[in-house]
Amino acid sequence: MSGVATRSTAKPADYKSDVNAIWCPGCGDYHVLMSFTRAFAQLGLPPEQIVVVSGIGCSSRIPAYTNCYGFHGVHGRSLALAAGLKVTRPDLTVVVASGDGDGYSIGGNHFLHACRRNIDMTYVVMDNHIYGMTKGQPSPTTEPEFDTALAPGGTGVRPFHPLVVALASGANFIARCFSGEPNETANVLAEGIGHPGFSFIEILSPCVTFRPDERAWKERVHPAPVAETSDQGKAARRLMTDDGFNLGILYRGNRAPFQPAVSKSDIDLSELEKDFEL
Amino acid sequence: MSKAPDQPKVAGLNDLLAVAYQIEIDAVERYNLLADQMETHNNPELVRVFRDLARAEGIHGEEIRRLAGDFDVAAHARKIARFGRADSPEEAALSDAHYLMTPWHALQLSLAGEKRALAYFTSIVGTAKDAKVKAMAAELVEEEAEHVNLVYRLLRRYPAPTESWAEDMDPPVSQE
Repeated sequence: MSGVATRSTAKPADYKSDVNAIWCPGCGDYHVLMSFTRAFAQLGLPPEQIVVVSGIGCSSRIPAYTNCYGFHGVHGRSLALAAGLKVTRPDLTVVVASGDGDGYSIGGNHFLHACRRNIDMTYVVMDNHIYGMTKGQPSPTTEPEFDTALAPGGTGVRPFHPLVVALASGANFIARCFSGEPNETANVLAEGIGHPGFSFIEILSPCVTFRPDERAWKERVHPAPVAETSDQGKAARRLMTDDGFNLGILYRGNRAPFQPAVSKSDIDLSELEKDFEL
Repeated sequence: MSKAPDQPKVAGLNDLLAVAYQIEIDAVERYNLLADQMETHNNPELVRVFRDLARAEGIHGEEIRRLAGDFDVAAHARKIARFGRADSPEEAALSDAHYLMTPWHALQLSLAGEKRALAYFTSIVGTAKDAKVKAMAAELVEEEAEHVNLVYRLLRRYPAPTESWAEDMDPPVSQE
């Protein structure tokens, strides 16, 4: 977020659009939206200097509900869009919103390479362990024994461990939050946005319609018992043995962000258009 | 974890008024959000209940603003009234919302919020060293106790629903 002017008087409401959020009542994503606006206000970022990019899914509705610039993109491709935007407009603060289906399945490959490139942006994945928008198919983080009419007897497949993957792939900031703690989530989001490089924040966000059992997550989450670390080896051990409900900043690296030099002439659109003339 | 404290520090009367104001404003925001959700999901009775609750909390907020006189309580609240991990005490639990919820459920959310606010101000009475803070916190305790009683009185009008309240003949979930 380097180069962004800050305002000390910003209120969360300054970052909300006039569009009423549409999710199921009880959905954790309402809290996540609240955390976004609180984090932006905390940082005092001007709304016109923030871009919220998303893919497809319940979580990806979020750009429309903020007063910032937004891009509701293609399924699983939010990180590619965001990366392009950030390298050409490094002055903007880029926050990417996704879900466990959009981000880890269709967008899984982009996730790996976004971590590896370490471009200065923040990737928020609202993980509810299910495809909510398309009515409850198992996602990469669904438990193997989760039994539904769409996966009778469960998938039997080991779930994806996004935090471990993020660390191994090079993410520079890794945290887990719970949607039901919007203030703490806002604090972590603000930290992630402020940290240089690729920040990955997983937010456990219950889907009360297709996973009513997730209402009990509020009893299961707990602050991580250890302080954050910048040691990759320690972080790897912790994340590999993590119970999936440890909350907080779990890794804060010090790798320099990737920012290719972009000069005006490199993005002369008229030159580019000539290449596509028929 | 972030270093933010779980509760705002109340060092003087202005801090207390700012926190009390923020608690009411947070409640207004939360009830209006719930009303919006119910509007989207076509539960008009609950829209009315949540809007009424928001209006009531807004009136309480204005009363606190008046008590503060010339002091800009809203600006001070933005600076100091942060509740760390937790929601602010009167914020109704969003995760307990359901598209078929009844006024009884809404009032249960409200009751829990009023009780949390009562406990919060009671704790300040117990720990405050400044006499003015203690006295004002005691006033706020009385107010919150009255709000708790008010919700109990309203609950007499809205008895608990039957066990089948969440049954939907045309459910959004088609996994059966």
